[in-house]
Amino acid sequence: MTTATASATGVGAHAVRPDVPTKLSGDFEYSNDVRIPGMLFGATKRSPHAHARLVSIDASRALAHPGVVRVLTAADVPTSNLLGHIMSDQPVFVEEVARCEGEAVAFVVATSQEFAWAALDLIEVHWQPLTAITTIDDALATCDSPLHPLGNVIRELHIERGDDFTADVVVEATWETGRQDQLFLAPESAVAYPTGDGGVTLILATQDLHTDQHQLCTVLGLPPDRVHLINSGIGGAFGGREDITLQAHLAIAALVTNRPVKTTYRRGESFLAHPKRHPARLTYRVGASSDGMLQFVEAIVELDGGPYASTSQPVLGSACYFAAGPYRIPAVRVDGRVVRTNNPISGAMRGFGAVQACFGIESTLDLLADRLGVDPVELRRRNVLRDGDPFPTSGQVVRDQTPLDVLIETCVNLPYPDVDAHPLREPGGTGSTLMSARTQQGEGFALGVKNHMYGEGVREYSWAGLTLSRHGLTVSSSASECGQGIQTVLTQIVNDAFPGVAVTLAAPSTYMKYSGSSSASRQSWMSGSAVLGASRLLLAHLTERLNVDSVAFEEGEIVDAAKRRSLNDVLGDDEISVEYEYEAPPTSHGVEAFGTGDVHVSWMFVAHKALVEVDVELGLCTVLGIATAQDVGRAINPREVRGQILGGIAQGIGFAFNESLETRDGLSTNNSLTDYLVPTAADMPPVAIAMLEFPDPRSPLGIKGAGEPSSLSSTAAIAAAVRRATGQPVARVPMRPWDLTP
Amino acid sequence: MNDQHVRLNVDGETVTLAASPSTSLLRALRDAGHTAMQGACEQGECGSCTVVVDGRVQNSCLTPALACDSAEVQTVKSLLQADLAEAFIRHGAVQCGFCTPGFVVAAEQALDSPDPLSADDVRERLAGNVCRCTGYLGIVDAVLEVDRSRRASA
Repeated sequence: MTTATASATGVGAHAVRPDVPTKLSGDFEYSNDVRIPGMLFGATKRSPHAHARLVSIDASRALAHPGVVRVLTAADVPTSNLLGHIMSDQPVFVEEVARCEGEAVAFVVATSQEFAWAALDLIEVHWQPLTAITTIDDALATCDSPLHPLGNVIRELHIERGDDFTADVVVEATWETGRQDQLFLAPESAVAYPTGDGGVTLILATQDLHTDQHQLCTVLGLPPDRVHLINSGIGGAFGGREDITLQAHLAIAALVTNRPVKTTYRRGESFLAHPKRHPARLTYRVGASSDGMLQFVEAIVELDGGPYASTSQPVLGSACYFAAGPYRIPAVRVDGRVVRTNNPISGAMRGFGAVQACFGIESTLDLLADRLGVDPVELRRRNVLRDGDPFPTSGQVVRDQTPLDVLIETCVNLPYPDVDAHPLREPGGTGSTLMSARTQQGEGFALGVKNHMYGEGVREYSWAGLTLSRHGLTVSSSASECGQGIQTVLTQIVNDAFPGVAVTLAAPSTYMKYSGSSSASRQSWMSGSAVLGASRLLLAHLTERLNVDSVAFEEGEIVDAAKRRSLNDVLGDDEISVEYEYEAPPTSHGVEAFGTGDVHVSWMFVAHKALVEVDVELGLCTVLGIATAQDVGRAINPREVRGQILGGIAQGIGFAFNESLETRDGLSTNNSLTDYLVPTAADMPPVAIAMLEFPDPRSPLGIKGAGEPSSLSSTAAIAAAVRRATGQPVARVPMRPWDLTP
Repeated sequence: MNDQHVRLNVDGETVTLAASPSTSLLRALRDAGHTAMQGACEQGECGSCTVVVDGRVQNSCLTPALACDSAEVQTVKSLLQADLAEAFIRHGAVQCGFCTPGFVVAAEQALDSPDPLSADDVRERLAGNVCRCTGYLGIVDAVLEVDRSRRASA
């Protein structure tokens, strides 16, 4: 992906994505399509153990293999062997101890990818296996002899509001969630090349150019002007491209060999290389008055972080702050901890801790509704947050947010789309042997909430640049286009300010300033606001240049009170460049000891209901329909918002039934697409969507994030429906056939 | 390592591919610069590499390149028709796009059906292709719409 010429129209339009024509024709360039003449190829030697001491590495046989140029190990790392998104705690290469399966210990560089792979087996690594810590309990029990020098607890968070933890009716429950892989479709791939000045440039696919750059500078001991990253086409991300995987290995290889070096992961190693959704254990005590008003929520939120921190700290924050859902609750106590284990690494995935929290609180509320003899939706109606309420965990005052009564009623009243009877729609699909007398239907409902942007005191800003010439406008933003459509959003915003002007998007890179990660449902708000600000600046520049009161654009021409002029007339060979940095309203870290404070900029709210049919003898299930109401603030591009909603629901269905990277003694048992099953078209039910638009007054364009909500409560709603159909507790997702049968 | 060669026709162009007995058609084509199809799993599960070989839809990751001597291979480049492209755009069937060339090939094959397609027919025929972004419904709607319009104008 170099540059894309846009033909989008303004905000609110079903604008056509600039990247789609080449994606359809097969001409779009993904990072694995990049080729540089004379390039070498790399392959990663990985730990086969979940926990083992590295005794020795002998690469001599590998080096003797035809085509092999170098074998890199920790000894080749120039400055620092430690990486980390937030905490530098993950080795570039294993130096002493491998702490999870798949950890890199060496990197072969050869003249072809096949040679590099073939040489992997010739590297002789001697390991001394250590006891693998594979459960949260074992991690907590071995804090005195931690598996990592920084200790077994990555972060603890205690939140407390109110003091009366008694109630008429109290329910207790423990819930568990699995280790979902983002399963972005394009496996990790990048090319690094030396720049001749001692520096290196990478063409890659990342969600966060500048955070990658910062980590690479630390590893390489180079200043930022010697380490550049250029985004190529990104084949999906969903949180799985927020961390360094192959970047440091390639950069070192390019510098050491003075040649371009490329590598592309195979699916099996992709599963092990990038962090996945944290497995969670959520223990609840929830109390209500006999008339169904929530009195307190107590939750213990425990996350399995794997051996390295990645984004575990903010994921724990998210899981804890949303552990009580979007409800009005006088007393809340949350004890959260994320611990190190020798399981695969956990990190960011769409929903970022709030998915697990939603499953926990919504499932517990359904238990409470049963105990109270109240309809589950009615219980939520009575207790949802209203304007002026304190958010249940942080205590932050709720102002100008989604009217949750409207959200609930919209979802409840939304009919499921009609479907014809078809074997595909029966539990188990066409392979099922069921008889319909054994099936039961059930319906479930869930509410989801999460913040957009980072929160917890992180400074939140985004940069954008605009250059106007007689040929049109070039938009510069380092926001990563992962497929979610940010470039279309930015184009639409620019088109509103400059109708009829041709718009080109520059390829995102670290030659631009920081626009932040494409994560946390933040880019439309953040970079959309940056582009809006830059547009206004550019109009002000033109006003000044023409010495008029104001200017506007019509059909690509500049119009003021007196005249209409072409870009060529006004600019000739000149260019006008402006840049703008947007900063979001600030947040704060929760106060010590209580975790309360204005920790979030704002929130996103969503409701899902699901209708399922279960073969109650075989434990097979099908989702007959889903209906969702989501407040999107302002739908910049309704078609693309719909795409986000449907895509998140598909991932939510996967999380409900199938998706977890399972392990035995820390070693993965299903790291292939044969064994890790994701939903296909045959698994996808019809979906009814109600897009609500309550603009967020804190956002210059009223935008709310649209990326994550669809994955927040879709899984919880399906689990609720299965419980209703089966009477089984379904205490864990993904649920297994034996969770659905007596 | 790639010490043998095959000559085949790719989208109307004669090409010579270097391959070893274990080289897949996908890898041989991509190494030769034909990068329209992608490999997301390389074990026949995801459909990103779907092509038509001598009239049959195949996962090119599971097809040995050396078995394709003299074969006619069609990728998205020769199979994509304007009405399907237009329908994919209109229904939001493309996000990251990595699966798209495979879906287009599978969809064009499904549209070859002698009988009109129902939504469930389309879902079943596209179930060999994985998309992680769109939730599939846009893709299914696009294919259904093209099926109806082609039959109406046939």
